[in-house]
Formats: sequence, C-alpha cells, structure tokens
Amino acid sequence: MKILVPVKRVVDYNVKIRVKPDGSGVELANIKMSMNPFDEIAVEEALRLKEAGKASEVVAVSIGPAKTDETIRTALAMGADRGIWVKTDEAGIEPLTVAKLLKKVVEAEGPTLVILGKQAIDDDCNQTGQMLSALLGWPQATFASKVVLGDTGVEVTREIDGGLQTLRLDLPAVLTTDLRLNEPRYASLPNIMKAKKKPIDEKSPADLGVDLAPRLEILSTSEPAGRTAGIKVGSAAELVDHLKKAGVL
Amino acid sequence: MADSLPTLLLAEHDDASLNPVTARALTAAKALGAPVHMLVVGENARAAAEAAAKLDGVAEVLLADAPAYAHRLAEPVAALGVALAKEYGAVVAPSTAVWKSVMPRIAALLDVMQVSDVIAVVAPDIFDRPIYAGNAIQRVRATDGKKVLTIRTASFAATGEATGASSAPIRAVEPAGTAAGNAARSSFVGEDIAASARPELTAARIIVSGGRAVGSAENFHAVIEPLADALGAAVGASRAAVDAGYAPNDWQVGQTGKVVAPDLYIALGISGAIQHLAGMKDSKVIVAVNKDEEAPIFQVADFGIVGDLFEVVPALKTEIAKAKA
Repeated sequence: MKILVPVKRVVDYNVKIRVKPDGSGVELANIKMSMNPFDEIAVEEALRLKEAGKASEVVAVSIGPAKTDETIRTALAMGADRGIWVKTDEAGIEPLTVAKLLKKVVEAEGPTLVILGKQAIDDDCNQTGQMLSALLGWPQATFASKVVLGDTGVEVTREIDGGLQTLRLDLPAVLTTDLRLNEPRYASLPNIMKAKKKPIDEKSPADLGVDLAPRLEILSTSEPAGRTAGIKVGSAAELVDHLKKAGVL
Repeated sequence: MADSLPTLLLAEHDDASLNPVTARALTAAKALGAPVHMLVVGENARAAAEAAAKLDGVAEVLLADAPAYAHRLAEPVAALGVALAKEYGAVVAPSTAVWKSVMPRIAALLDVMQVSDVIAVVAPDIFDRPIYAGNAIQRVRATDGKKVLTIRTASFAATGEATGASSAPIRAVEPAGTAAGNAARSSFVGEDIAASARPELTAARIIVSGGRAVGSAENFHAVIEPLADALGAAVGASRAAVDAGYAPNDWQVGQTGKVVAPDLYIALGISGAIQHLAGMKDSKVIVAVNKDEEAPIFQVADFGIVGDLFEVVPALKTEIAKAKA
C-alpha cells in the first residue's frame, strides 16, 4: 500500500515576512524557505504507518519552481522513499490548480491514502486536500489528530469546533493533518546523505494536462492595520478603571 | 450574469440553534448586493431554520433535513451545495470547522477557486483576505462567474433580527447528490464535545486567555477559569499552553486555531508570538499581564500590567467584583 504526501515549500515558520513597499506582494528574495509545518506532520504520519508495517511506500510530491526539489529532499531525508516534482515557472499556484495536478499524480501512482497538511502557512487557504478529495470522489477527513489505519478503512479523529469527532472512511481516502497529530522527526545526517541518492521524478504541468492560469487576480498586498502599544498600568484597580472608561466591562 | 443571481449562505448551527457566527457571515453575504437565501442543513434542524428566518435580510430559508445530513459530513453536504449552487451567484459560509471542510469541495466540483477567510467585501467580485497569519492582507478579484467564499466572522458585525414579527419563508429541499455514492463512503463514529456553560470563543464578548506561564491544567482551572466566569467570558489559550497539555485543543487562539475579535481580550502569561497575535489582534481592547516587560504582547495591548499573573489575576477578580457590585 502506497501513501502519497504532497509537500509545499513556504517561507519558514520563524520568518517575519515583509510586505513590499509597492504593494506587489511579500518580499521573498533571500528569505529562508522550509517545508510547510503541517506537511511535515503529514510526512511523519505516513512514515509511522510505513514503520508500523501498514504501508509499503511513501512518495512525496511537490509543485513549484526551481529549488522546490530541496523541499522534496527534506521529505526524503525524513524517510520518504522517492519524490515527484511537478516543475512550474512560478510559485503561488492556486489550490484548485494544485488539486487538479495532484489528481493526475494520484491517477498515475494509485496510492491508497493521500495525507496533506490542513493549510499552508503562506496563503492560509485550507483548501487543497478537500478539493483533491472532491475531484477524486474519495472520502475525506480534515484536521486529523489521530489516524488508525485498517485493511479496508481508516478511522480518523478530527479536531472540530468544541472538541473531537471520529469518522470512518473507506479506502482510498484523503486526510489532512492538524497540529497535534504527531511530532515530526528531524532528519539525521546519514539520512540526509542517503536522501541525495533517492530518485525525484520531474514532470511538467503540460505532461499532466493541467492549465495553470490563476482564477484569482491579486490586486494588491498590504500591511494589516497596525495596533499601537497602549499604556502600562500599575494595579488591578487602575486597570478596571480604564476598562470601565473604555466601556468594555 | 451571475451577479443577478441571489446569494446562498450556509448556516452554522447545531440543529437546535443557530450559531451566532451565522449572523456575522450574513452581514458579509448581504454586502455582495444580491438577495440572500440561507441553507440550514442537518437532521431535525427546523429550530435552527426558524432562527435563521428571523434574521434581517434573509429572503428565504432552505431547510435540508435528513438523516444523511446528521453531523454535516463533508461529502453529502457538499453534494447538496453543488446541486443548489446552480441557482446562485455566490455560495458563502462562515469559516468554521464544518464549512472549512465542505466549501473547498463545493468549489472544486463547481470548478471555482474559493476565496478563504474573507475579511472585507470591497465589491461583489473583490475581497480582502489575510495571508501569512494576518501579517499581510491580499486584495483579490475572483474571476470565476460563481463565487465561493468563506468568511472570517470576527471581521463582520452581526446582523440582527428583522423588526416586527416578520419571518422569511422556510422551504424544504430534498436531499441531493447522494447518488454520487460519496455519502456512504464516510461515516460518523462518535464525537467528544466538551459541554460548557461559558460562551463560545468565536462569539464571546470577553475572552480570558492563558499562556505557558499558567504552568498547569490545574492552574487554568484554579486561576484562569474563575476570572473568566466572573466576567461571563470564554476561555482561550495560546498554542504553547495547549501543546503543554494545560488546555484543550479547541481553546487555541491563533493562526491555526480560532480567530477571535471580542470587545475585551485578556492575555495572561502569553508572550505574543505572531501566530497568536494573528488570532486576536482585531479585538477591540486588549489587556496583557506578563512578567516580562519586553514580551511582544505588550506591543498590541491597550493596557498592560508587568507582573506575576498569579498575583494580578486574584486582585483583578476582586476589583471586578467591586466594580459590578
């Protein structure tokens, strides 16, 4: 049984991004890039299923321009068996397009499970897994906090508003990971070396027959309305006075 | 033209009652300029539909009431949404766990690129949305004929009930799309929803939130919760506090948790990572209590106390009791 894990190259979690002064986007030159943290969790979950003897192969796939293969290498260094790189000229391919490309990859690879991060921390869209599931006509479980894989189905505990919900899905299925599904491993140096020899298969969007034209026209990117620091107060009594004056108590 | 068609708003509810975020999403839906119909989908959900019918500006309520829609599983609900979407120019829903799961399915099946987490409707086809945890705002024009939008409800005021005794008509709609076979391929096993007398985080007027400095689940219970209860507030937590096991997952406020904008947000022992600020910086008044006067939370706080939360919180509770007496 094969597990496909789509991974996205994004601005590192710890980088404080800057909006370009001309409003044309976010400064990406010379910025540290990393695998989307939720995708690391997806890779980890796939590896654990393989290590538990429930999966035979973990394939990492990414879609993006030059250097996207670094992110695939990260997945390979964690332990994925091989990679697929759908090479594009530009970054920022829309989730609907990504889902269409992934559908083609799924049709070629025939995985039993596709595990994705619930959202990418750059565009914060939270769409790709659900869209892929819908296009494939497969069942989905988003925001997974626990995954129990059986022979014919998978039981997934999901983080929902107010608590947890457990679903049972027939296989094949699409899962998206929430924060606390697992703690992803760090790649060891020997595994980083080994990953250099693992194969990455390059494909073009044209090979897959998918049009990359965006549907959303980005008109501008701006700084959010700022908040200025207020005042420090000396005591609880003083604070309550201020809150009463502000009309919020 | 798609924009002459009405807007379909998908209601967040628990069958028995309408979640207050629905009235906020309604404000965004009305801003599109077309008549708004509201879909209430569930099992035994007439009470929620009746509440929806009372909201100002709802022209019609569609009630899809069937066992297949219990728990609002994504596959059958999306199939229904797709079937209904033919008659509508836009399909809109609040960004709740249910609709975050369902809406991208509807969008994909309609071959529409969804606009997630809309914080402002600039024009019927132009929307603002946060990216990078709210550190930048993107303005986009959606070029697809049909619009599929999820709404960040903290950014919109709630629409009230219509004046007078008038209620919109409620029309039953038949289950649709189950023939696609998806529905039977996922099934509900169980759920574990914490019962709480406190207001819900996303709807609360006041939120008391604790961070790693709270130190333990016992301290959340003994220190944070009593202050919340004295204020009639909801309880929130930072990611660090949730990761440490001090607070349940669904209390998490931030980029990947709940996004809130109450009148008053009290951050106790929260340093203020950008991911946390992304979830609360639109609050009207922010109060921070932290031992570290350099903590980033003070840069967004209207009122700050540099001090030990275990000393400040009991004093604050006493002062609040006095103020309310």
